[in-house]
Amino acid sequence: MSTVTAAQPGCEALFRYVLRLGDTSLVLGQRLAEWVGHSPALEEDLGLANLSLDLVGQARLLLTYAGEIEGQGRDEDALAFLRDAPAFVNLTLAEQPNGDFGRSVVRQFLLDAWQLEVYEGLLKSNDTRLAGIAAKAIKETRYHFRFSSGWLVRLGDGTEESHRRVQDALHDLWRFTTEMFVADEVDDALTAAGVAPDLAVLQPRWSARVDEVLKQATLVRPAPVAYQWHGKHGVHTEHLGHMLAEMQHLQRTYPGAQW
Amino acid sequence: MVAAAVPAVEDRERQIWNVLESVPDPEIPVLSVVDLGIVRHVRWVADSDGQSRLHVGITPTYSGCPATEVIRQSVATALNDEGYAGAVIDEVLSPPWTSDWLTDAGRRKLESFGIAPPQRVVANPRHLFRAHVVMCPRCGSGATERVSEFGSTPCKAHYRCTSCLEPFDYFKCL
Repeated sequence: MSTVTAAQPGCEALFRYVLRLGDTSLVLGQRLAEWVGHSPALEEDLGLANLSLDLVGQARLLLTYAGEIEGQGRDEDALAFLRDAPAFVNLTLAEQPNGDFGRSVVRQFLLDAWQLEVYEGLLKSNDTRLAGIAAKAIKETRYHFRFSSGWLVRLGDGTEESHRRVQDALHDLWRFTTEMFVADEVDDALTAAGVAPDLAVLQPRWSARVDEVLKQATLVRPAPVAYQWHGKHGVHTEHLGHMLAEMQHLQRTYPGAQW
Repeated sequence: MVAAAVPAVEDRERQIWNVLESVPDPEIPVLSVVDLGIVRHVRWVADSDGQSRLHVGITPTYSGCPATEVIRQSVATALNDEGYAGAVIDEVLSPPWTSDWLTDAGRRKLESFGIAPPQRVVANPRHLFRAHVVMCPRCGSGATERVSEFGSTPCKAHYRCTSCLEPFDYFKCL
């Protein structure tokens, strides 16, 4: 097998990389689960729950793999439920609160477009395990992107009120998108090793994909903002801790509880 | 010699496939796990301890499908009941499952159960999201419309027939 394994040098970087992908999926999936029972219509309730389920499923595959790379005996559950906020390395955008439906759609749209590019790039990864997870996930993510971009167009090109709300959300959330494409030593090492796609290559592709939908949605793309968020280094906005408190409550209170 | 007492490999595998054909999908019980196309292999493998064990490879339909865990248990239980104790269930992730793997028998069962079967389009991703006609499984009309791409389970979309006015599920393409 040509799989990069924990036995090979660079496994710390691979662990961080896979953990970041897994955490972003998990945190976004948990945010979407908060919508269940609160969506504007039953169909959207089911839709968001479906997206959540896919994302948590992808997180399970990624966190299981991360735990194996780390080799300390931590499985998906230990990584999901027994780490505090500073140990989470998700993109800061994923943890932003739901707000109204329009704001959740904007957050989802920006991250779906990012995941599409990342998974597309990982299909060619020389880490066969990661390539396999990406091949599975990208099929689901195409549906997610259809959902979020479809709603973005309906809301952006909808009423004055719906347009105002999604445009405001876009302005507010845009500052978190820079982080998606700022490469650090983990990204550089794995890109050089042929494991991860080059973020510098993904950025213009993501940008073009986003612009196409924004145009249809009659939304204005906000001006670029200097990079200032560090979720993937464990520095988070205040929102993640609150979210984890709820998500982890059961395992923290009754360690090892199963059903 | 005693060779007559040992069935050929093909026969042994055939017996396992027969057992698996009796294991229903928990969400769509008219379909067996074989109809769904999620059984990827049936084989005897010499494990690291030198023992030859039955391995059955199962692939999930969707990453987060809650039925996956139940299916693993149902398969293990069915094999155990038929005298194949200690079978190993392998999780197979790649190549990823596609709705094209649904068998023809599975498609017919879906339709008679009231679920429109998926179109065979996944082999070419450019066709995946092209508008295509979904036939109403109740009256056969092509006058249908999509209510939501996400339905009661990850694998289904929600449709309605504008001819007979019945709502129905469509097993969507993946």
